[in-house]
Amino acid sequence: MSLFKVFKNGLWQENPVFVLMLGMCPTLAVTSSAKNALGMGIATSLVLAGSNFVVSCCRKFIPDQVRIPCYIVIIAAFVTMVEQLMQAYAPPELNQTLGIFIPLIVVNCIVLGRAEAFASKNGSIASCLDGLGMGLGFTIALLILGGLRELIADGSLFELQLIENWQGIYLFKTATGAFFTLGFILAVRNHHKAKRRRKEGLGYEPPKEPICLSCNICKLGK
Amino acid sequence: MKSGIASMTEPEIRLPDAEQLVVSSSPHFHCGNSVAKIMLLVILALLPACLVAVYYFGVAAFRVLTLCMLFCVGTEALCSKLMKRPLEINDFSALLTGLLLGMNLPPGTPSWICLVGSLIAIGIGKMAYGGMGQNPFNPALVGRVALLVSFPQAMNTWQIPGMDSVSGATPLQELGMLQQKALAGDSAELNEFLQNIPYGDYMLGNMGGSLGEACALALILGGIFLIVIRVVRWQIPVFMIATVAVCSTLAWLAKPDLCAPPQFHLLSGGLILGAFFMATDPVTSPMSRLGAILFAIGCGLIVCAIRFWGNYPEGISFAILVMNAMTPLLDKVTMRKPFGTQKKAVKNA
Repeated sequence: MSLFKVFKNGLWQENPVFVLMLGMCPTLAVTSSAKNALGMGIATSLVLAGSNFVVSCCRKFIPDQVRIPCYIVIIAAFVTMVEQLMQAYAPPELNQTLGIFIPLIVVNCIVLGRAEAFASKNGSIASCLDGLGMGLGFTIALLILGGLRELIADGSLFELQLIENWQGIYLFKTATGAFFTLGFILAVRNHHKAKRRRKEGLGYEPPKEPICLSCNICKLGK
Repeated sequence: MKSGIASMTEPEIRLPDAEQLVVSSSPHFHCGNSVAKIMLLVILALLPACLVAVYYFGVAAFRVLTLCMLFCVGTEALCSKLMKRPLEINDFSALLTGLLLGMNLPPGTPSWICLVGSLIAIGIGKMAYGGMGQNPFNPALVGRVALLVSFPQAMNTWQIPGMDSVSGATPLQELGMLQQKALAGDSAELNEFLQNIPYGDYMLGNMGGSLGEACALALILGGIFLIVIRVVRWQIPVFMIATVAVCSTLAWLAKPDLCAPPQFHLLSGGLILGAFFMATDPVTSPMSRLGAILFAIGCGLIVCAIRFWGNYPEGISFAILVMNAMTPLLDKVTMRKPFGTQKKAVKNA
């Protein structure tokens, strides 16, 4: 796979939010406005690129049995750096709203997921690019969500009032609104995917392994 | 799961011919019921309460009710078209949703709020889940709660009947405010309020509130009509109202100078409307009798909890939505064991 392809992969084809469905917690929590979304996206991208690079450099001498704790230590180091950088240079109100979600990037499943799935098997340059691409994809997804929510809730974008006298729908400021928006974006995306496949003469492709880990409804009665 | 995939690959869902499905030897009779007929009967049962609302609140009430019905039917038609499904607005369920949504709004609701509410109720509450019979939550209540969260100001401007532009508090809001005052030490107003509760006015609907909260008498008549013709089961309204009655009696006995008597809790707010017309929605309430009873008791308990301790003065819609979410679990738990199976065998299965 060429380096450019590695980079492009995370943008749309394997977009961490819209396709891999990873990192849902910050996705739903901090996308109440485009500005918060952008801040969170950039912070996560920096961590992803840095940790992917270092994990890939160290992959030869990290013992397989303890690899996850090692990855976490590396990721945590980068998160601490990003957190302190943000405290020094980011606007204070952005820091305040993102709050606990910056330290929580440590447990964001995208970061650990990419370290495990890509960086531990590939060269350092490719890994760094993969981290950047995934981070950019994450940022784009957060921006779409945050922009839509801010537009519906406040009629503004990046705090710039686009619609005057907009009677905001407060629901979209809450986490419920985040679920609605994400759900509809995914529905539109799936619709297009299905349409394209039908044009190519292929049927709808169901997920290969339905992931039931978080849902136990079918086991309740047994 | 399998059928889900099949329906995705094929644009239409193919059912076998209706004639093939009928396997009969002895004479069978169709009871003549249809979704459309049941929905029309419920609308009929709601009519007296609507008339009372229009009588008290005038053209404003009529406007809100008709707009909501219009927008709901329109949304359903639009969604059906977008989803390339057969148009099913002639089963009147969207009409009923619109009517119930309208009855849950204050009389002075602006038209565009009615539109947003209808879009959320039918679009997100019903069609996004797959349409009639697939929705886990009562669509009208989804719309109402979304509006309540989104536009707290517009949704809490209540008119006093008969006076067009005067807005005031609903009885429950007033009680909440006075209770806070009493807790702060000033209990004179609360005492006066508790001693002069105009139950007659509440019964006839002469109080501030949403359109459907108004007239308890008309709602009870409609509800009893529905129970008599067996469109709704008696268990849900009876147990829900009884639970609220028991809880509020206990609270009243414990603190008679702070809590309102049980009849106040029964007649004010949307309890009657919720218990008879919204908790009983056959799609979103449990199928078994025991399940329905548990569902109703749960609704009653949550209503009381919200009224006694919550931030909102009224909690019927929240209570019913929360219990809607429990419905699949209640159905599973109260499922009847097939006759003859042993307990152990069922456990191992």
